[in-house]
Amino acid sequence: MSDRRNLFNKVWDLHTVRTLPNQQTQLFIGLHLIHEVTSPQAFEILRDRNLKVAYPDRTVATVDHIVPTSDQSRPFLDGLAEQMMSAIEKNCDEFGVTLMDLKDGRQGIVHVVGPEQGLTQPGMTIVCGDSHTSTHGAFGSIAIGIGTSNVAQVLSTQTMFLDRPRVRRVVVNGDLAPGVYAKDVILYIIQQLGVQGGVGYAYEYAGTTFDAMTMEERMTVCNMSIEGGARCGYINPDEKTVEYLRGRPYSPTGEEFENAAAWWLSLASDDSAEFDDEVVFNAADIEPTVTWGITPAQSVGVSQPLPTLSECAAGERTLLGEALEFMSLKEGEPVKGTKIDVAFIGSCTNGRISDLREAARIAEGHHVAAGVKAIVVPGSQLVREQAMKEGLHTIFEAAGFEWRGAGCSMCLAMNPDKLQGREVCASSSNRNFKGRQGSPTGRTLLMSPAMVTAAAIAGEVVDIREFAAAAV
Amino acid sequence: MSTKITSVTGTGVPLLLDDIDTDRIIPARYLRCVTFEGLGEFAFEDDRQQDPAHPFNKPEFAGASVLVAGRNFGCGSSREHAPQSLMRWGLKAIVAESFAEIFFGNCCSLGVVAVTADRADIDKLGAAIAADPTLEVSVDLESMTASAGNVSAKVKMPDSARGALVTGEWDYLGQLLSAADQVTAHAKTIPYLNHFSA
Ligand code: SF4
Repeated sequence: MSDRRNLFNKVWDLHTVRTLPNQQTQLFIGLHLIHEVTSPQAFEILRDRNLKVAYPDRTVATVDHIVPTSDQSRPFLDGLAEQMMSAIEKNCDEFGVTLMDLKDGRQGIVHVVGPEQGLTQPGMTIVCGDSHTSTHGAFGSIAIGIGTSNVAQVLSTQTMFLDRPRVRRVVVNGDLAPGVYAKDVILYIIQQLGVQGGVGYAYEYAGTTFDAMTMEERMTVCNMSIEGGARCGYINPDEKTVEYLRGRPYSPTGEEFENAAAWWLSLASDDSAEFDDEVVFNAADIEPTVTWGITPAQSVGVSQPLPTLSECAAGERTLLGEALEFMSLKEGEPVKGTKIDVAFIGSCTNGRISDLREAARIAEGHHVAAGVKAIVVPGSQLVREQAMKEGLHTIFEAAGFEWRGAGCSMCLAMNPDKLQGREVCASSSNRNFKGRQGSPTGRTLLMSPAMVTAAAIAGEVVDIREFAAAAV
Repeated sequence: MSTKITSVTGTGVPLLLDDIDTDRIIPARYLRCVTFEGLGEFAFEDDRQQDPAHPFNKPEFAGASVLVAGRNFGCGSSREHAPQSLMRWGLKAIVAESFAEIFFGNCCSLGVVAVTADRADIDKLGAAIAADPTLEVSVDLESMTASAGNVSAKVKMPDSARGALVTGEWDYLGQLLSAADQVTAHAKTIPYLNHFSA
C-alpha cells in the first residue's frame, strides 16, 4: 500500500513523544552531535541543576571551530581557545560522552565526522548546536541546528520542543553541465528562493539532478539549506545512501545492516507523497555561480553581470547598495575578473575528499598566482589521511597551496586563520556575511572548490569552463 | 515555572536593515568563551566600529528595551550568543518584519519577546523612535500590539511561543524533564535504537 506521507512527516511522527496543547511536538532526538563552541554553557546548566546526560551513547563530540590548522601543540597559543578545549575535554569526561579530539584520529568538522563515522543514518532526528547540521539531511534524516539552551535540553532529556514545519519539495531535473557542481546547484536555489524563502519549511530536494549526485555532493546541497532560510533539508535515501553506510564504524553490521537498509529505503517519499509546496528548476539553467555580496543569495552565474540598482525591486535596493559598497564592487559590472588575495578550500560544505580530488585535478601543473595566499584544509583527519595516501597534498604543495590540519579554519573567525583588512577571499565555504572570515572589513566570494582553485591560479575570478578548456 | 512575561515597556532603538546575520550581531571572535557573561558590550561590535552613526553607538538609544528591526533578523549561525548579547545589552523585546528560525527559538529559550509586524508598521515605529528616542515603547502580548508614542501596530507571534511567555512556561527544560518516563517508553519504538527490530 502506498504511503502518501513524505519522508519528513514519517520520521517526525516516529519521533513524536507527545504533542502539547499548543501543538508543539516533544521530539525524540536520535543523535546529538556536540562541539566546543555551543556546549560549555549547556553543560553548566546541567551542573547547576544537578542533571545527567540522559543518553550518553546517542551523544558524540568533536572539536573543530577553534582548532588551529597549523600548530596544534597544546596549550594553544590562544588562551581562550585552550580554555574552550579544556572545557569540552572535562565535560565529556565527566558526563561520559565520547570525544573525538585532536589525538583521536577521527577529529574533524562535526558535519564531516558524523557521516564519515556512520553516525548519521536515514530516519534519524539529528541535532547539533550548529546551523549547518542541515548537512546530515543528505541521508534522509531530519537534521536541525539548535541553540545552547536546546543543547542543554537535549543533553538532559534527549528531546526538545519544536513546531512542525511545512515541507517544500525543491525539484531539480537534468544533467549538470561540465564545470557545474553541487555547490552551484544550491547557490542557484538560494539565489532563486532568497535567504529567507525557506523560513518555516523543511526542504525535500528531489529530481534527477539529486538522484545522480554522490552522497558527498548531496551533503554540499543539504549543508546550505540554512542559508536559504530552511532549518533543514533532506534527500530521500536510496541505494547510494545504503552503500555509503555499509562498513562505516557506527553502521550496523551483518543481518542487522540488511534490516536497517530495508527500513531506510522504506522511509523515502514515494511518487504520490504530498507536500505543502513545490518548486521546479532545470539543471540546464545553472552556471558556475559566484556570490558577490554579503548574503548567500547575492550571487550571479559567472558569465553574468552584477545586478543594477535601477533594475532591482524597490525593497531590495538598500541591501543591494549596502552590499556593493561593502564589497567595493560596481553595479552592472562582470563578476569575472574580480581580483582575489586569498583562496580557501575547505569547510563543512566543501572539505570532503571528492572536493579535494577535484581541486587537485585542477591545480595539477599550475601555480597559485603571485601575491595570492591559498590554503587547503581537509574537513577531518580521515579526509586528510586519505588525501595524503592519494598524494593530493604533494600536488597542492607543488602548486603553491598550503596543506593544513583538519578544522573549520577560515570559514569563520575563531582560530588563527583569518582574512586581514580588506582582503578578498575566493572561498568554498558557505557564508559571505560581513566580517565572517575574521576581518571586519574582509570580503568573501563563495563558489565551488573547482572555481576557488582556478581563481587561486589566475589571481582573479575566472570561469572554470574557460579555465579548464585553456588547461587542456 | 519562569516569570510570566505579558508586556515589555521602555525606550526603543531602530535598526531597519534587512538580513542582519548573527555574525554581525556578535562577531565570532567573541564566541571564544565558556560563559555568556560580558557579551552585552560587544553587540554589533564590527558594525559599530565601521559606522559611527550606528544606532547602538548613539547615547540616546543606550538603555533601550525594544529593538525595531527589518526582515530575516538573526539569520545565519545558531549561536545563542547573539540573543544573549542583545539581552545583556539591555533588550527585552524585538519587533521585526521577520526572524530567522533558530534565532527566534533562541529568543524563546531566553524569554526575549520576539514579535513580527508588517513592514509599513515597522517603518512607522522605527521613524517615531528615531524622531524621539525618549518615547515610551511597549510590546503587549495580551493585546498583541506594539506602540511607540502615538504609533500603534498589530504584532504577531506563534501561539506556542506566546503561550509560553504569558503563562511563564518558557523554561522548557523543566517541562521536558517531566516527561522522562514517556521518553523512555517512546525510545523502545524507534527501530534504530532497537537493532532495527522495533
Ligand atoms: S566549517 Fe564553517 S560552517 Fe561548517 S561548522 Fe565549521 S564554522 Fe560552521
